[in-house]
Amino acid sequence: MSDVAERVKKIVVEHLSVDEDKVTESASFIDDLGADSLDTVELVMAFEEEFGIEIPDDAAETIQTFGDAVKFIENAN
Amino acid sequence: MFDLTGKTALVTGASGGIGGEIARALHARGATVALSGTRTEPLEALAAELGDRVHVLPCNLSDAAAVEALPKQAVEAMGALDILVNNAGITRDNLFMRMSDEEWAQVIEVNLTSTMRLCRGVLRGMMKARAGRIVNISSIVGTTGNPGQGNYAASKAGMVGMSKSLAAEVASRGITVNCIAPGFITTAMTDKLGDAQKEKLLGAIPAGRMGESGDIAAAVVYLASDEAGYVTGQTLHVNGGMAMI
Repeated sequence: MSDVAERVKKIVVEHLSVDEDKVTESASFIDDLGADSLDTVELVMAFEEEFGIEIPDDAAETIQTFGDAVKFIENAN
Repeated sequence: MFDLTGKTALVTGASGGIGGEIARALHARGATVALSGTRTEPLEALAAELGDRVHVLPCNLSDAAAVEALPKQAVEAMGALDILVNNAGITRDNLFMRMSDEEWAQVIEVNLTSTMRLCRGVLRGMMKARAGRIVNISSIVGTTGNPGQGNYAASKAGMVGMSKSLAAEVASRGITVNCIAPGFITTAMTDKLGDAQKEKLLGAIPAGRMGESGDIAAAVVYLASDEAGYVTGQTLHVNGGMAMI
């Protein structure tokens, strides 16, 4: 697993209080990991801070799964 | 009770009678306060009176960019922002039939839209802190209506619905959002009323007196305190019993 994926996973696990093995590539934050819409906003805020990037609102809406988040951040970097 | 030591607060409309008193009361309870308003002079005078733990952040609330920047300036000045008091407001009274689009738009822009922008601007920090207090100063006329104030009443009623919606969204993050609805409060504005008008007003107030700025400030201190953590989405009417809702 890439360094970005590790860091993203750590944020997701901490923020949503879920088991690490549940955070798979295709795991949806809302459907599989129990996030509500406000959680997803907070996750995006946390990603922005961790990686020093800006994630615009329209891009944030496309980040539905753990894999989406990793891909977006890797491309942004 | 109601100790605000170490807390930081931004008060808009702090150059006015009620806003100034709100800032004084929060400061007296130990908070560091940022005073905002359009007129710099009264803000500086109040800052000089309060002495330490005070910052002056002038802002024209009809300037969207300036409003967006204000929460950031407050955080830069004070290191954090725990309490937001949206007190600033304007009136452009006119009979409904004569009300211009401009009179309508100005009041909605300053009273309602700038309040929305400031609430939005402080949320990020409050969400991260898992704590925050937003107090929006509405008005009794937002509930009862008032002839000649269709625009003002709409802006103040809008504030209540907006605050309830926001309160529901962020309650789980330790942030409370409440309104205070003052009745008739003695200010420079009400000083202009004639004796006959005042007499008539007082007849409608069971407490038998006009409210003072301090009556509103005390309500703000309560809603801003840790003790009011379980109170959210509410409107606290401070009106001497003039309307019991």
